[in-house]
Amino acid sequence: MGWVAEQMDSIKSLQIRQVLTQGVSLGMIVTSALIIWKALMCITGSESPVVVVLSGSMEPGFKRGDILFLHMSNDPIRAGEIVVFNVDGREIPIVHRVIKVHEREDTGEVDVLTKGDNNYGDDRLLYAHGQLWLQRHHIMGRAVGFLPYVGWVTIIMTEKPIIKYILIGALGLLVITSKD
Amino acid sequence: MHSFVYRANALLTLGVTVLALMCAMASLSDNLNVPSPSAHVHVLNINWFQRQRDGNDEVSLTLNISANLQSMFTWNTKQAFVFLSAEYETPKNSLNQVSLWDGIIPSQEHAKFWIHATNKYRFADQGSNLRGKEFNLTLHWHVMPKTGRMFADKIVMTGYRLPEEYR
Repeated sequence: MGWVAEQMDSIKSLQIRQVLTQGVSLGMIVTSALIIWKALMCITGSESPVVVVLSGSMEPGFKRGDILFLHMSNDPIRAGEIVVFNVDGREIPIVHRVIKVHEREDTGEVDVLTKGDNNYGDDRLLYAHGQLWLQRHHIMGRAVGFLPYVGWVTIIMTEKPIIKYILIGALGLLVITSKD
Repeated sequence: MHSFVYRANALLTLGVTVLALMCAMASLSDNLNVPSPSAHVHVLNINWFQRQRDGNDEVSLTLNISANLQSMFTWNTKQAFVFLSAEYETPKNSLNQVSLWDGIIPSQEHAKFWIHATNKYRFADQGSNLRGKEFNLTLHWHVMPKTGRMFADKIVMTGYRLPEEYR
């Protein structure tokens, strides 16, 4: 309880100038996080440079909660690459492997078929009704790097929002009461 | 100043930094490995070769694949994904890649293999261009690390040809 009382005292003893400084430092933290995210978007050329794996369809390669780093260059898409794609009418992007590619001679457009390594069949059942192939504009990026487990933080926070609020509250309190 | 929260924060920061550094070093150490894999594929039989109702040519093959990919495994390798694709050109398409067979190699002991298989995925063209078509068989592999950058490479085997007539 001593710690709580101490924190309460420090909140009560805040001066206007101090409150402003704390506000500015909080703003700095938020904006620098935003800067890093936007810079990553510029470097990788992908609208979401980092994605969390949500399903087990690529096991044992990628498990739920792993993080993938995406890159979107103008290089043509080739079989074997792991791509992240959006299907019309589905909100959540899917991470699967390309198994077939047909590239047009004249326009350079591609028809792509994907499949999850752990799924029995290809992805035509997941695509929009009647859609046989993915085109370039469906694809958000290809996976280039991998980091295990880190994505659990976001999975837990989206599935148990209460933990998110507790965490944000605690961090906010820490920033407000810090005396540096 | 030196409250419990500050110390916990410092410890957490140090821990995360050290972990991140170790992950980066593990991934960088993969660059030191120069693999020298080998592969051979024989088309043993054309099981059937037809023009489907939708107008696309489709063929069923029996393949014999032997490969030694042991040299690509390092201590940062979780698994290797291997697949064999048929690659060819048609008047309409400058590149067609059709995956015929794939497999996951979980460890170095399993990386020297010899299998006998019919194509796992449909070998179907976009159109009717497969009669007498010359094609390459390419063995691709994608190495999935325990952490860090993913690697991919391939061996191209040329000089395969489909029959002139449907059967």
